Amino acid sequence: MNPFLAAAVFIILAPVVGILITGLDRILTARMQGRVGPPVLQPWYDIRKLIQKKQVAVWGAQSFFIFCYLIFIIFTGALFFAGGDILLVIFAFTLAHVFLVLGAYVSFSPYAHIGAERELIQLMAVEPMIIIAAIGLYQVNDSFLIGEMADHPGMPILLLPGVFLGFIYILTFKLRKSPFDLATSHHAHQELVKGSTTEFSGRTLAMVELAHIYELVVMLGFIWLFFGANLILCALAIVVIMFLEILVDNCTSRVRWQDAMISAWFVTLVAGAGNIFALSIM
Amino acid sequence: MSYLQKSPWIIHYDASSCNGCDIEVLACLTPLYDVERFGILNTGNPKHADIFVITGGVNEINKEVVKNIYDQMPHPKVVVAVGICACSGGVFKECYNISGGVATVIPVDIYVPGCAARPESIIDGIVQALSILEQKRNSMKTGVEGTA
Ligand code: SF4
Repeated sequence: MNPFLAAAVFIILAPVVGILITGLDRILTARMQGRVGPPVLQPWYDIRKLIQKKQVAVWGAQSFFIFCYLIFIIFTGALFFAGGDILLVIFAFTLAHVFLVLGAYVSFSPYAHIGAERELIQLMAVEPMIIIAAIGLYQVNDSFLIGEMADHPGMPILLLPGVFLGFIYILTFKLRKSPFDLATSHHAHQELVKGSTTEFSGRTLAMVELAHIYELVVMLGFIWLFFGANLILCALAIVVIMFLEILVDNCTSRVRWQDAMISAWFVTLVAGAGNIFALSIM
Repeated sequence: MSYLQKSPWIIHYDASSCNGCDIEVLACLTPLYDVERFGILNTGNPKHADIFVITGGVNEINKEVVKNIYDQMPHPKVVVAVGICACSGGVFKECYNISGGVATVIPVDIYVPGCAARPESIIDGIVQALSILEQKRNSMKTGVEGTA
């Protein structure tokens, strides 16, 4: 597909896909708790409602930073689906999160500050694994271009089982699911109130929600790279992985940041780096 | 129905209630009543909330807290006073430190009586609050918005 067309398709379709997945996620979560749950389109209603609310921002800069967060997440995804360089995608992805952290730091709220710190810790925990995933995919495809990775005839996952496992592990951080929802969580009433998003309201919060939805699609895109051209298997894997994520989200409590980071690095080192090492001596 | 009515987020505050009404408010979130069916979420954060669900008669110390929470909520917003204590002070009305109802501190839109208020009537109160929320949004759009 034409790269510009692919980017445009991502920008338009990602919210639709993301909202449906998030809505199903909320229903499934409710069912696991013995409840009925909200309508599938609830995340969409939430975003629309937030846009209708009056804007309250003690510090105007936070809206600017969050706007940059959203723009860079969209840029990341557009670059990804246009078949760009995976390293550039990862840099843009990290930069987007730096804007989120800056936005949380703008206010003087202690909740937002601790949330911002934990957001940085999460970045530190997941970043090595994402880089290792890029290296692994490079070893298999001999290219950093996502466009060429997508055409891989076989399944990179067969050569990269460790990298894939490690990637699934850090996916929990990225989807902000328990036990690694340190910075902010989908569930209310906790020690940090809403963590890094505590001080955002109205339109700003709507942008954060929308960015999360784009981010979800980008993360699922990464999973797709492990399956190359086998789209059916890829869809199946995504369903299984999302189910497991929701299950884990519902049956674990949040861990301390030390445990979260050390375990993420441990998995990265053993499964991720081990896999890369084995591949390079093969 | 506007999006505001499909996704009302609440903040719940205990302004010196006996905890009876609080437990009933939390019961609304349990599988039996499951208010998330209507998109209602308990946010615990005034900046994200649309509906202020408050229990208890408000004492001299948490008066300021109640005002603070109310002021931090972005417009449009509504206040639901749950339990007879929140409506009028109830059995604690004569106590030296009780101000006698939420309405003495912030404007209340819906009163849910009962000691303790039943989950059914709390949900009914919140659903009624939704139409007030809608009215407030309309007046906000047309520019004749009051601060209450
Ligand atoms: S109304 Fe009754 S149950 Fe509710 S807070 Fe007052 S005394 Fe407690």
